[in-house]
Parts: sequence; structure tokens; C-alpha cells
Amino acid sequence: MSATTLTADHLHTHHEEHHDGKENALFGFWIYLMTDCILFASLFATYAVLRHNYADGPTGKELFDLRYVFIETMFLLFSSFSNGFAMISMHKKDRSATLKWLMLTALLGLGFVGMEINEFTHLAMEGNGPDRSGFLSAFFGLVGTHGAHVSIGLIWMGVMMGQLYFKGITPAITSRLLRLSLFWHFLDIIWIMVFTIVYLMGVL
Amino acid sequence: MFESALFGKLTLSAIPYTNPIIMSALGISALIGLLILGWVTQQGQWGYLWREWLTSVDHKRIGVMYIILAVVMMLRGFSDAIMMRIHQAYAEGLGQGFLPPEHYNQIFSAHGTIMIIFVAMPFFIGLMNYVVPLQIGARDVAFPFLNSVSFWLTVASAGLVMVSLAVGDFSQAGWSGYPPLSEIQFSPGSGVDYWMWSLQLGGIGTLLTGINFFVTIIKMRAPGMSMMKIPVFTWTILVTTVLIMLSFPVLTVTLFLLTLDRYLDMHFFTAGMGGNQMMFTNLFWVWGHPEVYIVILPAFGIYSEVVSTFSHKRLFGYASMVYASIAIAFLSFIVWLHHFFTMGAGADVNSFFGIATMIIAVPTGVKIFNWLFTMYRGRIEFTTPMLWSIGFIITFTIGGMTGVLLSVPGADFVLHNTEFLVAHFHNMLIPGALFGYFAGYSFWFPKMFGFKLDEKWGRRAFWSWLGGFYLAFMPLYALGFMGMPRRLVHYDNPIWQPYLLIALAGTILISYGIFCQAAQLYVSIKNREALRDTTGDIWDSHSLEWSVTSPPPFYNFAKVPHVESLDALAYMKEHGIPHRAEAPYSPIHMPRNSGVGVAIGAFTFVFGFAIVWHIWWMVIASTLAIMAAIVMRASDENVDYMLSAEEVARIEKNGAQAASSGPSGLSHHDMITQG
Repeated sequence: MSATTLTADHLHTHHEEHHDGKENALFGFWIYLMTDCILFASLFATYAVLRHNYADGPTGKELFDLRYVFIETMFLLFSSFSNGFAMISMHKKDRSATLKWLMLTALLGLGFVGMEINEFTHLAMEGNGPDRSGFLSAFFGLVGTHGAHVSIGLIWMGVMMGQLYFKGITPAITSRLLRLSLFWHFLDIIWIMVFTIVYLMGVL
Repeated sequence: MFESALFGKLTLSAIPYTNPIIMSALGISALIGLLILGWVTQQGQWGYLWREWLTSVDHKRIGVMYIILAVVMMLRGFSDAIMMRIHQAYAEGLGQGFLPPEHYNQIFSAHGTIMIIFVAMPFFIGLMNYVVPLQIGARDVAFPFLNSVSFWLTVASAGLVMVSLAVGDFSQAGWSGYPPLSEIQFSPGSGVDYWMWSLQLGGIGTLLTGINFFVTIIKMRAPGMSMMKIPVFTWTILVTTVLIMLSFPVLTVTLFLLTLDRYLDMHFFTAGMGGNQMMFTNLFWVWGHPEVYIVILPAFGIYSEVVSTFSHKRLFGYASMVYASIAIAFLSFIVWLHHFFTMGAGADVNSFFGIATMIIAVPTGVKIFNWLFTMYRGRIEFTTPMLWSIGFIITFTIGGMTGVLLSVPGADFVLHNTEFLVAHFHNMLIPGALFGYFAGYSFWFPKMFGFKLDEKWGRRAFWSWLGGFYLAFMPLYALGFMGMPRRLVHYDNPIWQPYLLIALAGTILISYGIFCQAAQLYVSIKNREALRDTTGDIWDSHSLEWSVTSPPPFYNFAKVPHVESLDALAYMKEHGIPHRAEAPYSPIHMPRNSGVGVAIGAFTFVFGFAIVWHIWWMVIASTLAIMAAIVMRASDENVDYMLSAEEVARIEKNGAQAASSGPSGLSHHDMITQG
């Protein structure tokens, strides 16, 4: 077998002949997000069915502190904002600015997850854990799944910061950061739904 | 304390060494496994197996491995079936059959789970892996490495089901695992956990495959192949992938919530504390009904290819076939409640779902008539794939009519949970899915291996299966009318027994059919020189997979074909356009094989086993290992290479013989950027 060094010329013909691998990856990831959307839809449906099954336990009105959740929400929304700045820096090929914005995004994300864990721990300590009632199971199931997604996003962000630091802004890393950014914004949208349907409607 | 930290709930008593039936099944499986391992070692083929197959990211290799997995699991699922039939035939009155109830319950639960998730799914996914990229003129799928991961996730979850035989037990709650029976309170053992986790992990693999093939078909078609020029099999796969993407996340959630109930004492589906059991049933069938079409639509695609090829005519009503597939996919999402009309949702709701169910017969009927009109005035060749197709059309129509009968809620109240239902869904799935896969297997076998299968043994297999099917399932319709409930371990009604004896005879005939299929494979390999396909287009067919050699080179197409029309190859043949690429060639960009997929599968298996037995340190370790494997893969820049034009020319000149040797020993190739 003979070896061939890949030149820019080769890559170019490849891109014309085939479909662009990175375009496929972005499209595929978009499709994955749609399946994730269905996953959340099922969890929302479950919550809708069980939301009044208190089993003589506390209601949402008694448990939720809207001010606390609002601050939590701001953490996530501003993390999406700084993620947007990271993308702008990435397109400008500015590695250190991208890293800084990503770091801020991750810190805000950590703040969000931390606040959620704090909320969950308090609920559980007061005897209102997920095993208290069908309503609380559905609450922890839905909100916890979102939190788990954000945590996975944070791990991913950590790995990407490492890759960015050691390898710079390569096409592969750009493609991955774009997908991570899609994921992050998607989780933001899901959170808006959680905030509205679980917290706002729960307190109303 | 220390032991439970180390082994979780696992103790020595989990191994059923006192049960002679399980132990002999285990012994035989272990013996066969050891013989195969010994044979590979003796032949010195481990290196070849690892480099060329297990680590392969080639869709053709992965496809063949999926089919092998399906066949192995079919033998297991069929053993379950024949045990149930023997047992029920002798479980009347004083007769107790030969299985204790707790074992019998595991067998029918395992049979259903295995046949749907580990036979039907991998069989059609194997065929689509092999055929779809070839049919659309692509060199591989959109994400070859992900494809390998999907396969190994499926193997890992099939492995979990097999391990449940040796360590612990399998679920006794039926393949659908309804709570509250499947809740920890009523099923405290490891059985439901094995069922839940094997379904969950396999389901994730299937979802990834669905995404992969959707992107492949949407983005990677050869130039000129517009949507209405896509071969009909690929169309049915496209619709199937949409069904997978829409329904499998629901299964993931359903099983996840049951997991939370069982592991963390939550109350999603429990009988008290605000749980709702019927929510499980609804969610399960929101996935479960589309799942039926997920396994049947690909078979419809295969029948369309086969009927058209062997009638030597264009498929009648291509466009209506496409629209019928889409209509079936849409309707499959609004009929789930017909699985439990007896829930008591009320007359209005039941009428809606009853009528929606009946409407599915319309697009399905369109398909049946299209196949009939394709055959009408064609020069039909009665080859084995064609026989499977004709057997399907007749048998499936009968099953469809019993389905319309069941869709009437009033009738369903009488027949719900009887043997009539068992007869009905076997009547849909055996001809509707399995016969189709068998047709596809004998149709594309020459493409995969370069020689066709023996016709005589193929015909014997077909007639045994067909006759066996009627003998085994027609009596069950009668038993259903006579009021016999399904899943009975014992009964006191001598009138039922003769029917069950006939059903047993049918199962024995089917086992002869399976023997014929094994014999067919053996005889065909022995006579492969006489059965050799030198043309690449052995059936004089119409789509692009037949335009390349049999077996195709690992890069599929030396030059990406240009598609002018539906039935692209038929068009090229008619217009005298050469369909084999000629020199000069260009370099081809190929993905490199990777062992990471195997590693992720292995860690997933360990994860599944550990979480079934609550061995928490192992759960954490395997999760970290999976994450490490993913990060490692993401940091690897050396994932693809360029195959030089000279190399392509050499392979093209040597034809099929070079085709079987993949890109081994490529480490000296220069690294290129990642795709």
C-alpha cells in the first residue's frame, strides 16, 4: 500500500466530491438535539400527569422559592450570553479570548448546577425528597435530568477548554465548539420551559 | 458489610446450579462458545478477526456482524419458544408440563424481549447497514465510528440478557414489564433489572443508529439522486429512522423512570403515593407501537426490491409506496392506545384509537396491491427470496384482517389478553418482518459474499417455515375464541389440549426449517465455486448496490456514480452507460478502524452488570472508563487516511478478490485532519 500525504489540494477535491464531514456532524448533532427534545417532552408530559399527585405531601406553592429560582435562571441565561461571546472570539480566531469566555460560561454553569444541588439537598433534608410523592418524583425527574444535561455540558466544556489550550482553534475544534454551543443554548430553552411550567405554574 | 460493598446484591446463590434445565442450556452455550473460540485460536485468526472485523468501521462489516448477532439471538429466542410450546402442550389437568412457573414466566418474557430487540432489530439494522450506503452511492455512513459504537452497545445489551441465564434470573413481568408487577415491591430480584438495562442500553445504540442513517440518507446520496429517485428500500429505512428518532427517546424516559422507582424509591408508576401505573403503559406503547413499524417497514422495502427484481418489472406505484410508508409512520403514533382498550378511557377515546387503527389498513393495502400489480404480467422467477415474499403477502393479509377485527374496541374487550392476540401479532411479525429479513438475506447474500445460496435448501426452509407457521399459530386463533388467556402455565380444560399439540407440531416443523437454513448455508459454502457471482449483478436487478463487484471493495465506489433516474442501474443498463468506474481514479478519503467502539461496548456491559447487582464501585469505574474512551477518541487526530489513486487502480484491477482485504497496516500513512 502506498501512502499519500494529504495536501490542501486533496482536501479541497474531497470536499467537493463528498459532503463535508463537519457539515454532517453539525446536522447530525442538530438531529440528536431534536431527539433530546422528545426525551424532555416525555418528562414534561409525565410532570403534567403527576403534578397534583401530592400524596398528602407538600405542594409546589409551599416548596418553591421563586426568587431563588430566578437567580438560578439568570446564571444559566448569562452563561448562554457569554457562550455567544466565546463563539464570536472563536470565529475571530482569538484563542485566549475564547478560553476566557468559555471559562466564564463554565463558572456561570457551575453556579447554576450548584444552586440546583443546594435546592435539591434542602428539599431532601426537609423530608421532601423524590420519594415523598408522585409530584416530587416528577419534579426531581424532570429538573434533575436537565441538571444532569448541564453537568455533562460542563464536562464537555472542560474537555474542549483543554483541547483549545493545547491544540488551538483547529477546524475539528471549531466544529465541536459549535455543537457544544448548540447544546448549551438548547438547554437554556428547556430551562425556560422548566421555569415556566414547573416553577411559575407551580406557584400560581 | 465489606462483601456487600464489593459485590452489591450478588451472592453465589444467584447462580442457578440446582436447575438442570438452565444448567444444561448454559453448558451447551458454553460448549459451543468454547468450540468457536478454540477454532479461531487453532486457525490463528484472532489478529485478523480483531483488525478486520471487530474494530471495523466499514458499514458492510458491521452489517454482517449485526446479522450474525441476530441469528445467534434467534436461536436463543426460538429455544424459548419451543420450550413454551412443549410445556403448554402437556400442562393440562394433572399434567404439569416440565417448567416451574417462575421459570416459565422468565421464558416468555425473555422470548418477547429477545425476538423484538435482539433479533428483529439487529437483523434489519444489519441489512440496512450493508445495503443503504451502496444503494445511495455513498462510500460509508455519515458517522462510521458511531456506527461501530452502536453495534457494540447492542452486543453488550444482548450479552446482558445472555448473562441473566447464568447469574441471577430474567424478568417474570412479560416483555412489556408493566408496573406495579415490575416494581421493586413485587419483583425484588435481579430479573426486571436485567430486562430494563438491556432494553435501555440497546435502545441507546438503536437511537444512535437511527440518527446516523438519517443523516447518511439525507446528506450523502450520490449526485443526481433526488428524494424521489431514492431506491424504495432506502426510503423505507429513511422513514424507519424517523420513527426511531421520534419513539426511542420515549422508551429511554419510560425505562429511566422505572429505574428511579426501583432504585431510588420514587413514585412514578407505584400503586400508592401518587404514582400512576397507566402512565407506564401509555408511555411504553407510545414507543411500542411505532416499534412494530420500525421492524416491519424495512421488510416492506425488501419485499418491494425482491418482487420488482424477480418479476423483471419496475415496481408498480413507486410514489404511492413512498407516501404509504410515510402515512403508516404518521398513523403509527396515534394508535398506541389500542394495546389497552380495557384501560377504560371511555367510548370516545377508544373510538378514536379504534378508527385510527383501522385506517392503517389503507396504506398497507396500497402496498399489498402495488406488489400484486408489480407481479401482474411479469415474468416471475420463483427464487427463494420471491417465495418468502409471496408467502408474506398471503399470510400477512390474514394477520392484517385479524388486526382490523381487534381494532374494534368491543371485540377487543373479549379477545384482550387471549391466545387470539398472540396469534395476531405473530401473524404480523413473522411474515411481516422475519420473512422479509430472510428474503433480504438470500437476496443480498451474493452481494455480501460473492456467491449465492443454495436454492433447493432455501425452498425447503421456506415451505417448512410457512407450513410450520400456519400449524403453530392458526390453532391459537381458535383457542383465543375459546377463551384461553395468554401466558398460561397450567390449565384445566381438555378441549384446548389438541390445539396446543398441533401448535407444538408447527413449532417442530419450524425447527426443521431452521435446520434447512443451516444446511443451506453449509451446502452453499461447500459449493461456492459453482454458485459464484462473477457479474456483481446476479439477479439482473435495478439499483446501485448491483453496479459494483460482489463483494464490493471496502470503499464501495471507485468513483461516485451519477444518478439519472430511479432504478439507477436499470437506467444505465438500458442506455448503455458503463456503470463500472474506469481509470484515471482519484484518491479516496477513508475512515480508520478503531478499537474504541469495542472498548465502549465492553465497559457498557460491565456497567449494565454492575448496576443490575448494585455494585456501585464498578458502576462508577465503568462510567469513568466510558467517558475516558470518548475523550480519548475525541483527542485522536489520526482517525482517517487517504487511499491513493494507484491503490484504487490496483484493487479495481484485481476485482472482487482484493475487495475482501480492508485497509490493514496503514500505520505508515500520514496523519490527516479529522473528519
